[in-house]
Parts: sequence; C-alpha cells; structure tokens
Amino acid sequence: MSEVTFRTHTLNNGLQVIAECNPHAYSTGIAYFVKTGARDETEEISGVSHFLEHMVFKGTPSRTAEQVNQQLDDIGSQSNAFTSEEETVYYCAVLPEYQLEAVELLSDIMRPLLRQDDFDTEKQVILEEIAKYDDQPPFGAHEKALALHFAGHPLGKSVLGTRETVSALTREQMLEYFNRRYSSGNIVLAMAGNVDFDTVIKQLEIQVGHWENYPTQRDTPRAKPNSGFYSIEKPAAHQQYIIQICNGPAAEDDNRYASRLLGLIFGDENNSRLFWELIDTGKAEYAVVEPTEYQGTGIFLSYLCCQPESTSEILELYQRLATEIQQHGVTQQELELAKSKVCSHIVLRAERAASRMFGIGNNWVQRGEYASVKESINRFQKVTVRDIAEVLEKYPLTECTSVAIGPTKIEHK
Amino acid sequence: MQSMPWLESAALSILVPAGSQRDPIGLAGLAGFTAEMVQRGCGEYNSREFVDELDRLGVARSASVTNDHTRFSAAVPAFRLMETLALYSKLIQAPRLPADQLEDSRMVAIQELLAMEDDLAQKLMRELRQRLYPDPYGRSSTGTLESVQTITYQNVADHVSQYYVPDNAIISVAGNIEFDEVIDTVERLFGNWQGNIGIQLVEKPPPPGHHHIEHESSQTQIGIVYPSVPYSHSDFFLARSAVGVLSDGMSSRLFTEVREKRGLCYTVYAMCHTVKEYGCVLAYAGTTTERAQETLDVMLAEIKKLQQGVFDDELVRLKARLKTGLIMQQESSSSRSVSMASDWHLLGRVRPLEELSDLLNQVDTPSINQYLAANPPGQFKVVTLGQQTLNTSAVNGGSHE
Repeated sequence: MSEVTFRTHTLNNGLQVIAECNPHAYSTGIAYFVKTGARDETEEISGVSHFLEHMVFKGTPSRTAEQVNQQLDDIGSQSNAFTSEEETVYYCAVLPEYQLEAVELLSDIMRPLLRQDDFDTEKQVILEEIAKYDDQPPFGAHEKALALHFAGHPLGKSVLGTRETVSALTREQMLEYFNRRYSSGNIVLAMAGNVDFDTVIKQLEIQVGHWENYPTQRDTPRAKPNSGFYSIEKPAAHQQYIIQICNGPAAEDDNRYASRLLGLIFGDENNSRLFWELIDTGKAEYAVVEPTEYQGTGIFLSYLCCQPESTSEILELYQRLATEIQQHGVTQQELELAKSKVCSHIVLRAERAASRMFGIGNNWVQRGEYASVKESINRFQKVTVRDIAEVLEKYPLTECTSVAIGPTKIEHK
Repeated sequence: MQSMPWLESAALSILVPAGSQRDPIGLAGLAGFTAEMVQRGCGEYNSREFVDELDRLGVARSASVTNDHTRFSAAVPAFRLMETLALYSKLIQAPRLPADQLEDSRMVAIQELLAMEDDLAQKLMRELRQRLYPDPYGRSSTGTLESVQTITYQNVADHVSQYYVPDNAIISVAGNIEFDEVIDTVERLFGNWQGNIGIQLVEKPPPPGHHHIEHESSQTQIGIVYPSVPYSHSDFFLARSAVGVLSDGMSSRLFTEVREKRGLCYTVYAMCHTVKEYGCVLAYAGTTTERAQETLDVMLAEIKKLQQGVFDDELVRLKARLKTGLIMQQESSSSRSVSMASDWHLLGRVRPLEELSDLLNQVDTPSINQYLAANPPGQFKVVTLGQQTLNTSAVNGGSHE
C-alpha cells in the first residue's frame, strides 16, 4: 500500500481530475461526477437529472447509441451510472490496458446529442423504472418521507420524478438543463487503481479541454425539518414499511464520523440496539438506521418492516430505544465494537479499485478533500463517547418524520 | 485454498450439506430455520457474545441456504483469519441451539416469508425455480407459512446432527494466507468432526407447463426457463457463451432489442443456472401490463433466434467482458473463496483461474454455433405474475401445452 499516491490536476476549463494511483492494482476505476441532481431541478422538470443520465448513453455527434454500448463492451468494461439528490455519476471499471480508451469513451458521451427519437424511446424505459418502484417495497415511501421532512427545501425533490412530470418533459427542457449544469467547472473525474495519470491528463487536455466553463449555482440552506406521522394505504402490500427521517450532520460537518458510528450502534443490520430488540426477536423483518450527508444538511434515515398489526408496537419500541440512547448515550464497549467493524470494512472494501474510486470521488465532490484508507480509519478511531453524545444533543433521534405504508391506514399517537 | 499475497484480507466459506433439497417432506424451510438457530450462540458464547466477537474481529459476513448447502461466508483483515476460523468451527460443530429462542427464530422465518410476498421478482423466481429441475432441486429455502409453523425443536436438533457433517461439506479459504498455517489450524479445529448424510435423494418430475400468478401490480413479471447443461458438462462454456451473447453487457441482444430499441422495460436479462446434476437458462423481464405480451414475444424471438448462431464480433465483446470479470476476481478474497467452494461442489476440484481463462480462449463461433444447432433452445416454461395472463400458446412452436 506504500506505493499508493494521490494526484490532482485542474484543466484550464476548471474540470478537476483526481486519482489514487496504485501501480499494483489489477484494474482501473474511472468516474465522472457531475455535481447535479434532483435538488437542482424545479418542480416542472422533476426527474430530468435521472432521465438525462440515461440519455448520456444514447450517443454523441460521432457515436450512435448502439456504438456506445458496443464499445463499452469491446473494452470489457463494467459500466453504469446513477443519480442522487446532488450527484450524477457515470463510471466504469476496466483492465488497466483499456483505461485510455475508457476515458475517451466516457468523456465523449458526456457531451450527448440527445436525439429526439432516442428521447422518446428512453422515456418509456424511465416510465417502466417508475412502475417498477411502484411495485417494490417501500412503494415510494422513501421519497414521500424525504418530501415531507424537507418540505419546501430543495432536498425534498424526487430523483425519479413522477409519471406526470417525466411524461411531460421535452427534449428542449433537458437540453436547457444540460447546458445549465454540465459546465466543465461542475465536473470531477475520479480515478483509482492502476492509473497512468500523466497520459490521461494529456489526453483529457486535447479531448475535453474545450468544454465550456460557466458558473453553476446551488442553494444549500440548512433544512428546517418537519416531524409528524403519516400513513399511506397500499392494498396490494402484505407488510408494513416505515421510513423515519431525523435531522443529522451535513457533509461538511466534522461530527459525521461520530454520526456514522452512532448509526451502527443504534441501527446496524446485525448487531445493534434495534437488531436485538426487533430483529433477533422476530418482531420486525428489517430495522436499519443510516446517516446520509448532503451539502448543508443531513439526515438519519431509518427503515423498518413489520407485520401490519404490530406497527404501533414497533413504533413504540423504536421510540423507547431512541429515548434511551438519547438520555444515556452509548457505552465504551459499543463504541469499540462499532469502530472495529467500520475500520475492518474500510480495509476490505478498499481492495477493489472501483470502490476506492467512489470513495475518493464522493469525498472530493462533497468536501474537496482526500483521505487515504489509513486517514479514514484514524478519523473513526478518534471518536469518543462524548463526541457521540454531542451528535445526539444536536440531532435528536427522537424527533422524526415518519411515513408508514401498508395494506391499511395506521392510527398512531 | 488460494494464496493472494497482494491482498490485506482473507476470506473463508464453509458449506455444510444442509441445503433446501434436504428439507423433509412437510418441513419445507427447515434448513433456513436451522441456520437461524445455529447462529444463536455456540461453544462458550451466547448469541450476543458470539455476534460481539465477530464484530470485534471485524468480520464481514453472510449466511445463506441454497438448494445444495447452507453456506457461511466471512471476510476479515488477514491477521484475524485464524481466530475467525476458530469461531466458525464452533458455530458448525457446537451450536447451542437455545430452546428458549425457538419461537423467536420461527418469527424471523415468518417475517421473511411475509416480506417475500411483497418482493414480486423473488416471488416469481421461487415459482420458476420449482419448474426448472426435478424435485428436490427446484426447492427454495423459505418454506411456507404452514410448514414453518409445524417445525419443532427436535426437528432442528435432528437436522443439525444429520446435516452439519463433514460428508459433502466444503471449507474454502482465499487471501493473504500461509497454506501450512491454514492446514494446521483447520486440522486442529475440524479434525474430529464426524458424521455422514446417509439419506439418498429421490427425484420427482417438476410440474409441467406454464403458470400465472394473479397480482394487482403495475408491472407484469415475466420468467422464462429452458433446459441447458450443468457446469460440469463439457459443453457448458458453449452454452454459457450463447447466453452471454444474449444477455451480458449493454450491447447484448436482449438489452438491445427489448430495452434499447423498443423501450419495453427497465430490467431484462438471461442467465445460466446450474445445480450439480442439471442446468438451465433463466430469463426475466418486468414491464407494465399493456406491454407484457410484446415483451414476452420479443424475448422468446431473441432466445429462439440463437439457434441460427452467434457472430464473431459478439463473441469478441463477450470474451473481453468475461476476461475483465476473471481478472477482477483477484481483487477480492471473498469472491474467490465462494467460487472455489462452488467449483469443488460442482466439479469435485477447483478450477484455477488460468485454466478458466484457457477454456474461454478456446471457445470459438463455429463450436458455439454447432452446439446451438444441435441443441436449439426449446421446451420453454413461462411463469408470469401480474394483472393479466399472457398468451403462451405459441411459446413452444405452437404445440399445445
């Protein structure tokens, strides 16, 4: 690991390139992070970031959609893309000998042609994707909960959009959005693994150096989160699904390490307070709490699944456990176990180049910083019981927006 | 065992022959129920102490019941491997099976069954799997609400003594390890482990024909299955390559024809599925009700078209993808340990990555096409889930089902 180096370069047009280079790696991970997502949309064009992510694979002035797909396969790449509230990410993992071709191809598709007939066909795929999530737990309750929690705040926007907004979207609206958000200064290329950094930079200067750089804006107000309980009826469902959202640290807050550990102690999947009370006993099918950080604000998101008739009991147990941890904090032993778990998992994940690519890319996009594997581990190791108490004080787990969806409406409190 | 000295991790997989194929009649789901009970403490540890110990060592873990085995997998920073092996040796050989937690375990199994009712793709796959192979090879691990209700403490205890045995069990270890140290440790920990399965499986033919499950969903789930060869068959890589042309990558035929050109669905794929004795091809798509018939027709047309052969450029692309997958396995001790265990089960030996790479290199278009001409995809079974049944009368060349 000692030969791992971190390199950065900013092209004249503001596009930043970062890489964690490991000459012994078996593969190369390459990802374009565009700092744009659902929070940058208006109500009218809700879902455009995600739809555009699909359209990026549909061809450029020099490639048809079919050629893009074939060439991604020609180089044996494992490639895909995803859209979140604040990022759109295009990535691939390839063998090192294909990295220059992969960078060329990914760069080319970042300036898509957005052909009208492709737009019309792909709209059907997006509508199918929306239908798929309609049928799948938690049946849209996650987006509903975010919308209620963040009411009026840009983070309340849905990533997929709705059948109505997506159906009404036009190619011109998408083009306008693209021209507003895909500025070279709003894009970071992150690479990890076996990276030929200098050659990549030379190639990028020729290929993408002319991309236009113009200012992009994003409002990042602190959220004024709501709380309350909402119940939605979904007759076809068998189980009850409950999404609860509490306020949490933002991406730029230092106490996010403490909040990650708190999340594990309270709501880890297989060894946590919720686990022993709800899952080990078979009272609930699923109970997990995870912090998520955004620019300017953050949340703890909890996801519970149980039998409809035990919903009130589960919610009460959850509240009791939240109140307990709120009043008494966590123990030294819980903290040490959470640390050894998280640190071990960082080491295990770091063995895949693609996973380091996501790690360093996210860190850079969210905070403009780089942390080596060792540094990340150190930051978790430094967290104290007192740090966790401070997180709890600032972001009480007892105050949340809850959305329950299941076969019948639930009366609670 | 495989040494991967460039990694910091080590991973182990322990497979015991308690697969769902061994569930007794009327006690479907017993293997899953037993796996749940087995993880509730062993040796000197109670349930909670055991899980704390796993976390103290930083074990990333999973437990699952397949048709053949119950599998426990764990990955750790390499210097923790011996302690981890010691913990798992207790789990396998000395589970406490706390009787006072039987009802909790039953509730866990029931919760899982109920949640699966909401997971439509999984529900479809469970139905499809039963139609793949002769019973008991198509059984899934979850059982039914009725069968899970009837399982007793004695059933669980008997299942452990009968199937948590070294006969047909596999331990596979990969990562930054020293062979001698692993062998000595496994010898010490498992050297006195004894027992035989002793019961032969009896095969019964799977239910014939197509099947529809009525469900008020936005999308119709479509599953297609047809017979193919198992992993150990000399033609396996020819069959696998043909399915690769059909479904691997964004330029594959199904993705291109069903999604890219027609926009019929978000998810569509086909894959080879294999147990030791049998193999088949499974295809899946999810699409809204009004477009389901067209989706099924286009999928079947593409599958049937395979008998006309594949093209050189398709095979070149497929090989590039498969090569990437093989080399990337070197980045993960977990995936290597899982695939070594699977090789051992299906072939009776571990296929080194170099051999796998040679086998793939040898595959060429004439041999795939010869195989496809001699073994054209057919004898399809279609299972759907959704608001409407689909017309399946022409699925098998217009013959009556």
